Amino acid sequence: MDYIDPHIHMVSRTTDDYATLARMGCVAMSEPAFWAGFDRGSADGFRDYFRQLTEVEPKRAAQFGIQHFTWLCINAKEAENVSLSRDVIAMIPEFIHCKNVLGIGEIGLNKNTKNEATVFLEHLDLAVKFEQQILIHTPHLEDKYQGTRMILDMLCDDSRIDRTRVLVDHVEEHTVDEVLGRGFWAGMTLYPVTKCTPARAVDMIERFGGEKLLANSAGDWGPSKPTAVPDLIFEMRRRGHPESLIRKVVYENPIEFFSQSPNFSFTPRDNGFNPAS
Amino acid sequence: MHTASQILENEFLEVRAKLLEVAATLDRVDRSAAESAPLDAGAQSSRDRIDAAIQILLDEGSGRAERLQRFFSREYEKDWRREMEI
Repeated sequence: MDYIDPHIHMVSRTTDDYATLARMGCVAMSEPAFWAGFDRGSADGFRDYFRQLTEVEPKRAAQFGIQHFTWLCINAKEAENVSLSRDVIAMIPEFIHCKNVLGIGEIGLNKNTKNEATVFLEHLDLAVKFEQQILIHTPHLEDKYQGTRMILDMLCDDSRIDRTRVLVDHVEEHTVDEVLGRGFWAGMTLYPVTKCTPARAVDMIERFGGEKLLANSAGDWGPSKPTAVPDLIFEMRRRGHPESLIRKVVYENPIEFFSQSPNFSFTPRDNGFNPAS
Repeated sequence: MHTASQILENEFLEVRAKLLEVAATLDRVDRSAAESAPLDAGAQSSRDRIDAAIQILLDEGSGRAERLQRFFSREYEKDWRREMEI
């Protein structure tokens, strides 16, 4: 089955991973800007990173027939440095019109601090100013519930935000209901230990249905599995879910959400998309 | 969709294995505490939380996963904006 991974960090993955993903049915992916595993020292470090996201990765992906899209920001962890964050936010407009940029992300909170919230709000301003979609990172483990509520407070307090153009990622059992209930899209991240397993993600699909729910691998430099979305597909089949529901979650929903961005120029495989063209 | 009986039959061995992992981990902790030093205050707090989490699993009713998540979460403070002056 063709599928789209809406959240994966391919700068951290090998070319062999692209090949494996293509063989497993991945036809497109979106890569949010994130923490590289170390704090970068200057805005120029981010400039190089944004070039990697907008120039290099689309070419690597295209070799395997995968269409690559991206999101730009300074992530929540490095947002603790407000001065650096403001330099990066000021630079983002240089890249925002690159043809694979879908919006601002993954912005959010990490440890739920005042600095993180300040930078989050400034990212929201940027997104509104440039009419961009937003992809949200929610915190991990014991910080997730509090941080998700804080993020939803900030989003809902801003009347300029169109909730149907916002994807709140890394939802789990205790946050998914409120995210969907307030009118946002929700992403389930299939990531060992700190997030959600394929089985628990399917439980959430069974509880809430397939509307406005996405599933992603968030494959990155940590212990993660870039082929986690096919694992979810397999788990749904194992439980007897119809192919139509599986396809909705892993293919149609990402297309519906991303299509709100003018840069989402996705060509379905059966419409003549050719690798490396 | 599978019936409840089918689900339990399908998952039984996996759940059994996960329970054994928890049991073996707690045994390892107890064995080490007996042979070396007892748990310090921080570790004892974690141990108590595991016991409380196991009690949640034994509760009747659905929503155990959500309740466990909430149990392991920091509280949400409604007035966070005022406290942070945001």
